[in-house]
Amino acid sequence: MLKKIRIVTALLILWSLTGLLHAAPLKMATTTSTQNSGLLDLLLPAFQKQTGIEVQVIAVGTGKALKMGRDGDVDVVMVHAVAAEEKFVAEGYGTDRVQFMYNDFVIVGPKSDPAGIKDEKSVTAAMTKILEQQAKFVSRGDDSGTHKKEKTLWKAANLTPAGSWYIEAGQGMGKVLQMASELDGYSMTDRGTWLAYKGKVDLALLNAGDEKLSNPYGIIAVSKAKHPDTNYTAAKQMIDWISSEPAQQLIKNYRLHGEPLFIPLLLK
Amino acid sequence: METLSAASYQALYLLFSGDSALWTIIGISFSVSVRALIYAAPLAILTAFLLAYFSFPGRRLLVSIFNTALSIPAVVVGLTLYIMLSKAGPLGEWRLLFTQDAMILGQICLCFPLLVAMAHATLQSTDRRAWETALTLGASPVRALLTILHEARFGLIGALVAGFGRIIAEVGSSMMLGGNILNYTRNIPTAIALETSKGSFAEGIALGMVLLFMALFLNIALGQVQGKGAVSQ
Repeated sequence: MLKKIRIVTALLILWSLTGLLHAAPLKMATTTSTQNSGLLDLLLPAFQKQTGIEVQVIAVGTGKALKMGRDGDVDVVMVHAVAAEEKFVAEGYGTDRVQFMYNDFVIVGPKSDPAGIKDEKSVTAAMTKILEQQAKFVSRGDDSGTHKKEKTLWKAANLTPAGSWYIEAGQGMGKVLQMASELDGYSMTDRGTWLAYKGKVDLALLNAGDEKLSNPYGIIAVSKAKHPDTNYTAAKQMIDWISSEPAQQLIKNYRLHGEPLFIPLLLK
Repeated sequence: METLSAASYQALYLLFSGDSALWTIIGISFSVSVRALIYAAPLAILTAFLLAYFSFPGRRLLVSIFNTALSIPAVVVGLTLYIMLSKAGPLGEWRLLFTQDAMILGQICLCFPLLVAMAHATLQSTDRRAWETALTLGASPVRALLTILHEARFGLIGALVAGFGRIIAEVGSSMMLGGNILNYTRNIPTAIALETSKGSFAEGIALGMVLLFMALFLNIALGQVQGKGAVSQ
């Protein structure tokens, strides 16, 4: 009996030690919209194949992703909020920031288009109409990258959205699209989430293409100076790889529901 | 990493400086959960009474069903009601989704089985002779019922407190049915979920502390009531 226990214990210890043999995984904080786009499912296995580094993805809101970076809980951050990224680097929490691709935001709304924004070319005009008509607009309201972008757009149009028509949901993009669909409201979403949800919600794409709606993605290593115990080497490898030709090609050729989603920024 | 104590300190500041956004959220939480409890309690206690005092076919099965319903995750209740209330769902015409009424409905569904199960356990231990004596003495069934409920009041209050505890702290169904809309359906638990996702831990902890204070207050109050009950016997 005692012998058996010894054997089992030995095996357990051996098994627990095997974990140490793997290269230390790279912890990456990113936004839910990035993960929902499915691009990471293509990029990360390719990265692992080449470098042997396993990437563990933690998908949260932009605010929390950057906070995890500030607290040194992750090694690398991939987000899309230019001003917040610049602040993050300026305050010394991040290094080696690279903008490596972009996609765009779109305005969606009820198929009946009560505010009549369908034929507007500029997003400013479209949002002005929504505000003037007091048509329901569901905002993320969660301080995410998308929410920050939406606030910038209202501000750029010199508008202050307020009132019962402006619904601050405080939820993720998918949930906000469902709410807009249920409440017959407008919303602003990233194209990736829109493509993933357009078959499931009762909404139509009503405004896109204005360059104000561009959405650049950045990748930032967590500062080794602030947090010496982070896996900076792997983070730097990730950043170099994602800027490389093969990775940029992967991004360019990625299709979601048959449509291109991201445009690489570093392809020569 | 901001320390827990720093976040707690900021939390206390937010609470006592009368931060209006914070107090709005607290107000919504209370008004929704109290209404849900008020709507659910009478029927739940009546159901528990029927289960405890009358035998009819399927009674044991019903008791088991209510006990099982205690372990239904809030998010499943939320999802089921969501499907029913959605525009495409059977009750879509009511246009209740993402309103306080939908949250109340969800919370009623959540606390009902708990109220029935706990009230049933309490009423089971009351003396059946009190009921029979009251009836023999010419009391109407309603009057006799009130006598029984008065006998069992401490256990019933305990059931109400437990039911309130379950719904004031649940996030799954409120998030799905209310939608976490600012100044309308954002309550304490959904706000905590939101603040956490934003990385604003101080606000999250402040709200968590409100919940804890409330639970403490309720339990002290209950302890007082029960203590007096013991003395008077």
